[in-house]
This record gives sequence, C-alpha cells and structure tokens, in this order.
Amino acid sequence: MGFDLTPVLPELFLLVAGLVLLVVGVLTREGEAARVVATLSVLALVIGSIIIAASDKSPQLALGGHYVADGFSAFLKILLFVGAALAILLAQGFLHDRRIARFEYSLLVLFSTLGMSMMVSANSFLALYMGLELSALPLYVLAAFDRDNLRSTEAGLKYFVLGALASGMLLYGCSLVYGFAGTLSFDVLADAFGAATAERPPALLPLGAVVGLVFIIAGLAFKLAAVPFHMWTPDVYEGSPTPVTAFLATASKVAAAGLAVRVLMHPFGEWTAQWQQVVVLISIASMLLGAFAAIGQANIKRLMAYSGIGHIGYALVGVAAGSERGVYAVLVYLAIYLVMTLGTFGCILLMRRQGQYVEQISDLAGLSRQRPMAAAALGVFMFSQAGIPPLAGFFGKLLVFLAAVEAGLTWLAVLGVLSSCVAAFYYLRIVKVMYFDEAAEPFDTAVHPAVTGITAITALATLFFIVWPGPLLRAAGAAAAALVR
Amino acid sequence: MSIPLSHYLVLAAIIFTIGVFGIFLNRKNVIIILMSIELILLAININFVSFSAYLGDLAGQVFAMFILTVAAAEAAIGLAIVVVYFRNRGSIEVEDINLMKG
Repeated sequence: MGFDLTPVLPELFLLVAGLVLLVVGVLTREGEAARVVATLSVLALVIGSIIIAASDKSPQLALGGHYVADGFSAFLKILLFVGAALAILLAQGFLHDRRIARFEYSLLVLFSTLGMSMMVSANSFLALYMGLELSALPLYVLAAFDRDNLRSTEAGLKYFVLGALASGMLLYGCSLVYGFAGTLSFDVLADAFGAATAERPPALLPLGAVVGLVFIIAGLAFKLAAVPFHMWTPDVYEGSPTPVTAFLATASKVAAAGLAVRVLMHPFGEWTAQWQQVVVLISIASMLLGAFAAIGQANIKRLMAYSGIGHIGYALVGVAAGSERGVYAVLVYLAIYLVMTLGTFGCILLMRRQGQYVEQISDLAGLSRQRPMAAAALGVFMFSQAGIPPLAGFFGKLLVFLAAVEAGLTWLAVLGVLSSCVAAFYYLRIVKVMYFDEAAEPFDTAVHPAVTGITAITALATLFFIVWPGPLLRAAGAAAAALVR
Repeated sequence: MSIPLSHYLVLAAIIFTIGVFGIFLNRKNVIIILMSIELILLAININFVSFSAYLGDLAGQVFAMFILTVAAAEAAIGLAIVVVYFRNRGSIEVEDINLMKG
C-alpha cells in the first residue's frame, strides 16, 4: 500500500485549488471577485474531471486503505464535478440579480464537491463519515446563503438540524457495525462476518450489525431525501436560493446514492436478503409519496422536491435488485436524473418578471407564446421526468425496472410503473399550464447566457439520448462491473 | 471489578435516545436542539471508545477524535446559522420557525 497519493490526485487538486481560490477571492477587487472565482472554480472542476478520466481505472487503495479509486468512483466523480460546475454557472446571474454575488458561493460548492468526491471513494466508515460531513457542512451554509432573506435562513436552519440528526444516526450505525465486526474497513468487513464459500452459504449477520446497518440506511435515506426521512426536503428546496436547490437536488443526491450503493453492495453484498426489505420499503414509500404529494403543490421548487423524492424511489428499485444489472441501472438513472434536473432548474431560473424571480406554477401560464424555446425545453424535461419514450428519462426507468424483474422483484417494478403513471399527471399539468392557459404578465426578455446555454444543452441531451446512448451506457456498465466483483 | 461492555452500550443508547427525543419533543428553543445534537454525538463517542477498549483495536478511539473535531465545526456552523436566522426573525423559538409549512 505504502504512501502513494496518486489515486487521491483529483481530490488533492480540488483541495489545493479551493485554498488558493480563497486567497484569490480576498485579493481580487470587490466587484470582480465573484466572477473571477466562479470562472476559476469551474476550470478547477473541469481539470479535476480530466484528471479522473485520464487516471487508471483499476481499483487502487490509498490513505491507508481508507480510500479507493476505481471505475465506480470515477464514473460518479465525473458526474458530480459536471453537476457542480453547472451549478456554479447557473448561479452567477441569479446571485447578481439578488445582490448576493459573493465569491464564497463557488468555493462552498467546490468544497462540498470535494466532500462528495471523498464519499463515493470511501472505503471505510471513517472516510465515509469525513466525506459526508465535508459535503454537508458547506451545504448548510449554502442553503442559508441569502442571509438577509428569512426563507433562506429558515431553510438553512431546518437543513442543519435534520442533517445533523441524520449524520448522528449514520454514525450510531457505524459504531454498532464497528463493534460487532471489529473493523472500520469495507474490505475487511465482508470477511469479518464469515464470507460465503463454495460449500456453505453466507452466515447471518449478528443482530447488532443488522441494527447498525439499518441505522446507516436511515442516515443515508435522510441525505437521499427518501421516505420516511424526507420531511426537510420541500421546505429546504423552497427556501434555498434556486441554484443551491439545483445543487442539492442533483450532486448531493447522486453522491448519497453512490455511497449507499457502495456500502450495500461492497461490504454487505453477500447479505442482500437482510437489507433488501428495508430498501424495498423505502423505495415503495418514496415512489408513492413522490407521485401523490406533488399533485397539490403550487410552488415549482416544492414540486421538484417531491419529484426528486419519487426519482430516488425509482433509483432505489435498482439498488434493491442487489445485482450488477441493478447497480448499472442506478448509475444510468442517476446520470440522466442529474441532466434532467439541472435543465429543469435552468428553466426555473429563466422565469423572471420585472427583475423578480417567480416560482409559482401558475406563473408559467403563456410561456409558450412569449418564450417558445424555453417552453419547449421545459416540456422536454417534464415529459422525460414522467418517463415518456423516446426521451432519456424513459430509459433510466426502463433499465431500473428490468433489473428489478431480473432479480425476481416483478411486483416492485409494477408498483413503480403505476406510480410513475400517477406522477405523469403533475408533470403534464405543467405542460398544460405553459401551453394552454391564458398568459399573465409578460416575462423579462433579458436572460443570462449561461442559464440559456445550460438549459439548451441539457434539453438536447435529454431529447437525443436515444440517438447516441452508447458512451453513457458503456461507462456505467464498466463502473458497475468495477463495484460488483 | 470491571464494568462489562453491555453497561456502556446501554448508557450510550440511553443518551442517544435522549438526544433524539430532545430534537423532536422540544418546543422551546433552537439552542436546546444544538445541545441535543451534541448529546447524540457524545453517545456515539461512548459507543466507539467502549467498543475500541473491548476489542483492543485503536481505530475506534481515532474515530472518536475525528467525531469530536467535526462536532466542533458542526456546532460553529449551526450557531452561525442560528445567528443569521435570529437577525431576520427576531426569535429562535422552535414554534416560530414556520414560514414554510412542513
């Protein structure tokens, strides 16, 4: 093992870049700092992605075995870095309009991304916890970033209290598993309980370890915003500044889902039967709540919160399958979800009247006449999230349900299809409001080029995924194969 | 006479439960929530240290050190958010944190 830091290079680079940018932000002139630091942060994230893409994909341990870089972590890290870079770009116009353009925004996103990157590379409970906290602490601050706004600070406070509780539950689970296994390392953990051999099936986990595992799943479900630990989501999503909501809904969820997949499939991969029921239960509850609770929402950010809860439910269907196909489906689902959601938030950021950002669904009325392209893009995202072929969202759902059927969970897939039919109602309602309702006041015509660009690119990616799905599917396949050895 | 492991675990479980209930049952003040979070983290430390001593494995005690450090950072951020919230709302009563339903 030695003291080879090469596998940690992307994280080290982000860390150094973050520290240097802190100084740059302080030394640059007041009015310029936010823009300069944002540009350099995006550059740092792009370079980080290139380092990962160019690195060796075979599993490599580092930092005394607490850290692992493999194909699985590389796939998720590139997703996270891209998501974070887009979240920084989306934010600049918004922060400027709201007069909160401070350079700390980009840096907090950068440090949070560093934590998420540690999360998906964690190979022990210690690394898992440190990564989780490093990603969560900047997110609490980001949620309260509009610090003179009561809603934003309230969102920050709620997120902090429930997030701290979640990491407490996760840690309690870690301590129990540590006590009953005698190790923190994921690699040793699998053997500690008596791994299966050719002649005997895997032993049952000790009761204490099962309780610990359930606590860990509960803590991760908080981060994922899965039912029954979703209570914070609508409030935090509504109150936070919109670009922060976009970051919370995409990168933060992708990292937590990646971590959940690694913990469940790597150390506890042989005990699928013992955690499957819990994951199935969470998945069903999330899908149903996501489908039904979103129907009555008037605020589009709250609607996206419930829609995100539903999406996590679908992704967990793939986790519940507990197979390589399942992991593969989850990874594809997460990638497509990230693109669709960032695009949707781009559309939300285009909704401005007289310089004010509006976020009620009724405000969308008449969008199709004033801004046909924006309405078309939002339409694509809504159809895609509803899972209507041939858009990208359909393939994510298809793969997840196929994996569930192969794992003998046909009824779960059927439930998923039914709840996505219910969910289609509120997605299509938005399309109806945009295209058929009488227009209210006109929207502002001045738009921020970054937001328009990101919306257009993500819309095209969602629309034409069917034409060229190969690269994503191959990358996800390799990542899943790297995890399920 | 040595104290068996189970006593420590029961103690930690009781403190953990008090912490969790402190968050949900408290209707008064956000500071009490911060104290409850500390209780939860310290209960976990008791768990880690007692398991570590029982197993003769140092990793648990190292983990406890990390938790102490992170708990300090977490409390600092929590208090900062409480301060900005107080400036906007003029109160940190739990019942007043109700601008958004949920």
